[in-house]
Amino acid sequence: LRRPGLPGVPEATAGDKAELSEARAGRRRRAAAPSPAPTGCGAAIVPRPSRPAGRARSQRRVPWRRRRRSSPARPRSAAGTAGRDCIPRRAPRPPRRGPGAPPRPAAGRPAALALVTLLSFASRFHRLREPPHVCWDETHFGKMGSYYINRTFFFDVHPPLGKMLIGLAGYLSGYDGTFPFQKPGDRYEQHNYVGMRGFCAFLGSCLVPFAYLTVLELSKSLPAALLTAFILIFDTGCITLSQYILLDPILMFFLMGAVLSMVKCNSCADRPFSASWWFWLSLTGVSLAGAMGVKFVGLFVVLLVGLNTIYDLWDLLGNLSLSLVMFGKHLLARVLCLIVLPLALYTAVFAVHFAVLNRSGPGDGFFSSAFQSQLIGNNLHNVSIPEHLAYGSVVTMKNLRMAGGYLHSHWHLYPEGIGARQQQVTAYLHKDLNNLWIIKKHDSDTDLSDPSGPVEFVRHGDIIRLEHKETSRNLHSHQHEAPLTRKHFQVTGYGINGTGDSNDFWRIEVAGRRTGELIKVLRSQVRLTHVATGCILGSSGKTLPKWGWEQVEVTCTPYLKETPNSLWNFEDHINPKLPNISLDVLKPSFAEILLESHMVMIRGNSGLKPKDNEVTSKPWHWPINYQGLRFSGVNETDYRVYLLGNPVIWWLNLVTIGLYLLITVATAVALKRGVQLTSELKELSRVVLHAGGQITLGWLLHYLPFFMMGRVLYFHHYFPAMLFSSMLTGITWDALLKFCAGLLSPSTTARRVYGGGFLALVLLILYSFYLFHPLSYGMIGPLASNPSSPMAGLRWMDSWEF
Amino acid sequence: MLGFLKEPVVVTAKINVSLVALTVMGLINRLWGLCYPRAVVFDEVYYGQFVSLYMKRIFFVDDSGPPFGHMLLALGGYLGGFDGNFLWNRIGAEYSMNVPVWSLRLLPALAGAFCVPLAYQILVELHFSHCAALGAALLILLENSLITQSRFMLLESILIFFILLAVLSYLKFYNLQKHSAFSGSWWFWLLLTGVACSCAVGVKYMGLFTYMLLLATAGLHFWHMIGDQNLSNVSLLCHFLARGLALIIIPMGLYLSFFYVHLALLYRSGPHDQIMTSAFQASLEGGLARITQGQPLEVAYGSQITLRNVLGKPMQCWLHSHTNTYPIRYENGRGSSHQQQVTCYPFKDVNNWWIVKDPGMQQLVVSNPPRPVRHGHIVQLVHGITTRYLNTHDVAAPLSPHSQEVSCYIDYNISMPAQNLWRVEIVNRESDTDVWKTILSEVRFVHVNTSAVLKLSGASLPEWGYRQLEVVGEKLSKGYHQSMVWNVEEHRYGKSQEQKEREVELHSPTQMDISKNLSFMAKFTELQWKILTLKNEDTEHKYSSSALDWITMDTNIAYWLHPTSGAQIHLLGNVATWASANAAALVYLCLSLWYLLRRRRKIYDIPEDAWQLWVSAGGICGGGWAVNYLPFFLMEKTLFLYHYLPAVTFQILLIPVVLQHLSDHLCRSVLLKSMFSALTVAWFSSVYFVYCTFSPVTYGQPALSLPQLKALRWKDTWNILIRKQ
Repeated sequence: LRRPGLPGVPEATAGDKAELSEARAGRRRRAAAPSPAPTGCGAAIVPRPSRPAGRARSQRRVPWRRRRRSSPARPRSAAGTAGRDCIPRRAPRPPRRGPGAPPRPAAGRPAALALVTLLSFASRFHRLREPPHVCWDETHFGKMGSYYINRTFFFDVHPPLGKMLIGLAGYLSGYDGTFPFQKPGDRYEQHNYVGMRGFCAFLGSCLVPFAYLTVLELSKSLPAALLTAFILIFDTGCITLSQYILLDPILMFFLMGAVLSMVKCNSCADRPFSASWWFWLSLTGVSLAGAMGVKFVGLFVVLLVGLNTIYDLWDLLGNLSLSLVMFGKHLLARVLCLIVLPLALYTAVFAVHFAVLNRSGPGDGFFSSAFQSQLIGNNLHNVSIPEHLAYGSVVTMKNLRMAGGYLHSHWHLYPEGIGARQQQVTAYLHKDLNNLWIIKKHDSDTDLSDPSGPVEFVRHGDIIRLEHKETSRNLHSHQHEAPLTRKHFQVTGYGINGTGDSNDFWRIEVAGRRTGELIKVLRSQVRLTHVATGCILGSSGKTLPKWGWEQVEVTCTPYLKETPNSLWNFEDHINPKLPNISLDVLKPSFAEILLESHMVMIRGNSGLKPKDNEVTSKPWHWPINYQGLRFSGVNETDYRVYLLGNPVIWWLNLVTIGLYLLITVATAVALKRGVQLTSELKELSRVVLHAGGQITLGWLLHYLPFFMMGRVLYFHHYFPAMLFSSMLTGITWDALLKFCAGLLSPSTTARRVYGGGFLALVLLILYSFYLFHPLSYGMIGPLASNPSSPMAGLRWMDSWEF
Repeated sequence: MLGFLKEPVVVTAKINVSLVALTVMGLINRLWGLCYPRAVVFDEVYYGQFVSLYMKRIFFVDDSGPPFGHMLLALGGYLGGFDGNFLWNRIGAEYSMNVPVWSLRLLPALAGAFCVPLAYQILVELHFSHCAALGAALLILLENSLITQSRFMLLESILIFFILLAVLSYLKFYNLQKHSAFSGSWWFWLLLTGVACSCAVGVKYMGLFTYMLLLATAGLHFWHMIGDQNLSNVSLLCHFLARGLALIIIPMGLYLSFFYVHLALLYRSGPHDQIMTSAFQASLEGGLARITQGQPLEVAYGSQITLRNVLGKPMQCWLHSHTNTYPIRYENGRGSSHQQQVTCYPFKDVNNWWIVKDPGMQQLVVSNPPRPVRHGHIVQLVHGITTRYLNTHDVAAPLSPHSQEVSCYIDYNISMPAQNLWRVEIVNRESDTDVWKTILSEVRFVHVNTSAVLKLSGASLPEWGYRQLEVVGEKLSKGYHQSMVWNVEEHRYGKSQEQKEREVELHSPTQMDISKNLSFMAKFTELQWKILTLKNEDTEHKYSSSALDWITMDTNIAYWLHPTSGAQIHLLGNVATWASANAAALVYLCLSLWYLLRRRRKIYDIPEDAWQLWVSAGGICGGGWAVNYLPFFLMEKTLFLYHYLPAVTFQILLIPVVLQHLSDHLCRSVLLKSMFSALTVAWFSSVYFVYCTFSPVTYGQPALSLPQLKALRWKDTWNILIRKQ
């Protein structure tokens, strides 16, 4: 089965001829097409390091120099042949377009960039004020912006940067933070909301030039970049998402910023440690911190940059001309810019967050007592309560695990089949009257509230009874399985008006103390041991199902491990018989606050589970644009905005992904088989494999993880991935058109095919935008199901609701 | 003719005695005292019921995995003459005399025993020394957890057997590749790889992980072949097709055939029927088929029908109404229309009958000839007993305030008109003029006035609604969801008195045989879908654990406890082996990283072929460990220690790999080498010692005294059962 001889040899001459004509055709074509990096045949022979200097210099030259280089294209027409001759047969061929290829007219790129930016801003700022009422999630993020202006503490599952920026934008534009943002549809009236919207729209508009520059840098092809830019400009989904007070434009801004600076930094790789290299590297780090600071989804772009950096370092390590010391410098620079810098910025964001929000607000109960004591207006701030616990005190108990709740009970019973059918005891994150418990002696039931009676303090090792204040049932445990943690015992409320049985007795102990000591409010870490079974009261941290109102499970654990799960502290303490004294409460360190707020956020995020039978958006819906989101309006008379991608663009993206896979496999196999490629094709394959690969990786990283997420998902989660998908579309179609054009021999036909294909794509995008633009800019009038509606006939899928 | 006698008949046999010895030892080790304890041990209580159902040919659905493993267990029961009569209700229950315990447990035990020689062979095929291979086999032999797991009617040992077989056959195939491609043995091992893979997947879905690993390895190897310029394009294509056939097509076919056999064996209806759609149920003998036989196929105006919700969650139920009305005010103060309740009721009841009525005509009977209802037709649904019309209006539903209330309309003579027109939309229609068919058609009812869709909300009503399930009109009908789809289950043509005489001619109904209508593929798709989506309540089990506990073996599972003597069986690994396996994985990782970095700087510490060996062994053993372990961190189901056993098997195979590498390449002097060997021997005896120490809780005998049991509790987190005096 062996083939006689080397496959390349017999065709060598023919191939060369073809190459020659190719080269000419290519060169002429390149007058219209963008030019690659100016590498010449000299570069192939001279060792690599010498190239950068020359190139850098040539690039730094003023424009007239380029113009001069581009004009004498014809006299240099022999360069193609010369190029072939000066390359040794086996040496890796440089892209042939090198010396002879005239670079694009210098004015073209800035002009294109300006055009793209202008269009982008125009499309995003068009009808920005409409509709003048709260749309969709503006109700959350607008509200949180107001919180910053009012400096009240709140809790959200996302990190604070995005909301801080929204708040800042509102503050600067004169919004006073008084609008309540209660529910979607509320009219803004005289409140100034345009500043916040404008800020988001501004960031959203920046996405387009960013994507344009990224693709330009990766593919060195102006049409590819333009195609990407047009796709993003005329995508109704991207427009809609950028026009409102949302976190997504902010997130995507930082995300694309990170990608752009990463790509720029990569192309500076030939002159490491230069100013621009440092600039782009540290900008990458800054953008990463920004992306992470807006939403945890920013982690995916961190992953992308991380993988790229590892690949980069691996490459450097294999470069034997680089000493280990130099490699160490490279490594250190990256650690500094991509790990230390972002972490510092990220921490700084939180520092600002906690410094700004110093007043008590709706988010207090999610945090530990120590944390709450820092908030102005919280009942623990400058606290003055009785210091030592006494019998008859009314208290709340907070679990010491991160984001642990208050010990809680309510009038509902455990459902049938789940342990004994007695009153539920749970842990609850919010402040509530049902969190109050009365400390009683286990053996006597005397009325301790009598003010004249003597005060008796609770001591370490005492046996006590905890009576729930609202329902007068005792904290109780017995040898039934706990509802979720089957290895533990169930904890219930038992007894009537405080009369129960011996299973209500608990021994109170302070961690690390001796018998007889008094128990301090807030500061003592207390353990409650069940006397009869010897188990310890704890909170498992698992969320109960519907019957438990999705509060947190409380169990009695037979394993005597010392964990924060089974430790509690007393937070509120009411006892009229004792004097209130002011306590110098333990101030938590910043690191503790940071850790705690992250735990709370992570728990909040994983708590966003879809409810039973709720129809939720599935990740596979997204790329096919299966279903959008209603931003505003339902009925015929409303101003309706519907978040839905431009279907033509999205389906083009979808098809392109498949196409790209095919092309990649074909190219990779061809390269692996050692097929002789012309330099033209080699450059194309480099773009497809390397640039396309990077972008595809980004797409995968921003899409696949959603399949594994348990939380509620929404359509707009796909938009970061969609950005990558659009860039891939630009690169792939450009490469495909170039390849098709390259197959045609006369250069005029080739150019016509290339230009025609490109034009057709752009026109298609424009026409589809013309059809679907009411989705973002508002539809009024009959619904699309009505034939008299302007959107009639455009409801191509039944699942679209407009 | 007798030519063959001219030559002497010589049989030369080459027997690898150590291989035979290992097999024998494995058999002894796994089969010894197999009938003890003669009681239900741990998950036997779970798998046993399926064996019984196989024996009785009763249909069931098990969401834990595909049916091949169950069928193998049932094969044991079949060979032992089990009649299926045993109540599997409690762990520890004594087996009655009709249960052939030995043959039921034989197959898993054999599979477990054969893992020992397989481990030996794998290391040999990875080009490691005979000594290392022997070591690997002995470690598997003395692994307490594998022994325990293979001695009972459980599936893990079968799974591990097929996984190892697949790996071995792939390695054999790959080693044949260079010299004798497309030879007989090449084909044999290639096909065996595919077969073993599909068997592994057929036993448990965990097998997919190893299958993926092998596919990736095959892909990588093929990628190298593409770069080989000596191979022509045609031969490359042949190679590709052969691999595609053996590793993808054949496994898929086999997987289908498991289901085919499964469905062919189980033809009687049983306890799990209700999970399936009506069409599927009707294809089983007994059950629904008995009712639906002879029903008219096409629903016509005047038909009397019961409507079943397709979702079947939280339970199967039928559209229902009764004379009670919605309370005027709910507990939370919201008001209702105070009209007749419409619910979904999980039991068969006379109140589940509805009559399909043509809005333009008064009669409630089927005309002659019957006028069938088609997709898009508008109908009214009349409740059979109360003769009220199914209605919905802009009133919030009792428990789902975002949806509309569905009621049977009572005319209170107030300004609330009847809105009782419904459009029939057949979801699984082939054309837009399809007729509404009994059982087969899945139908949505779209309200004409408000375009709300009749939907089961899944919530159960409070006392006033008798805890029946709530039915609502969903206004925001986002796409397709099964809770909005209904099918006709029972069906008869309505007839009035005067029609009675013509009944005979009228009732030559379209006889249908549903089981013929439902192809194997349709049944397979449905069953497969149910297996994948059916979720048991994932509450925690007493012995469940998290994936992180497994590495350090912080958890165990008590399998069985003797009612009096205190003898007990635990799933507990050999501590020495597990610890050294972890150490080996760590050493492998660090060394590989070290070599990789050094190689990148063109410093070659070990010869190239040794490096290749190191990489391929690590890819198979370390990779096998990773793919069988890491995915559990992403899973949300209840996890047990036995889920880790396939991974730990691979990890154990890594120990001799690392040991041999250390002795070959890092112990440079003879003295070091001999010291290393001595250490290895010492370490090995510690493994043996631990095996012996824990064998009482592995085999369940002899019974241990209290202090002995306490002494066995090496870790605080282990749950050794100690009887209170």
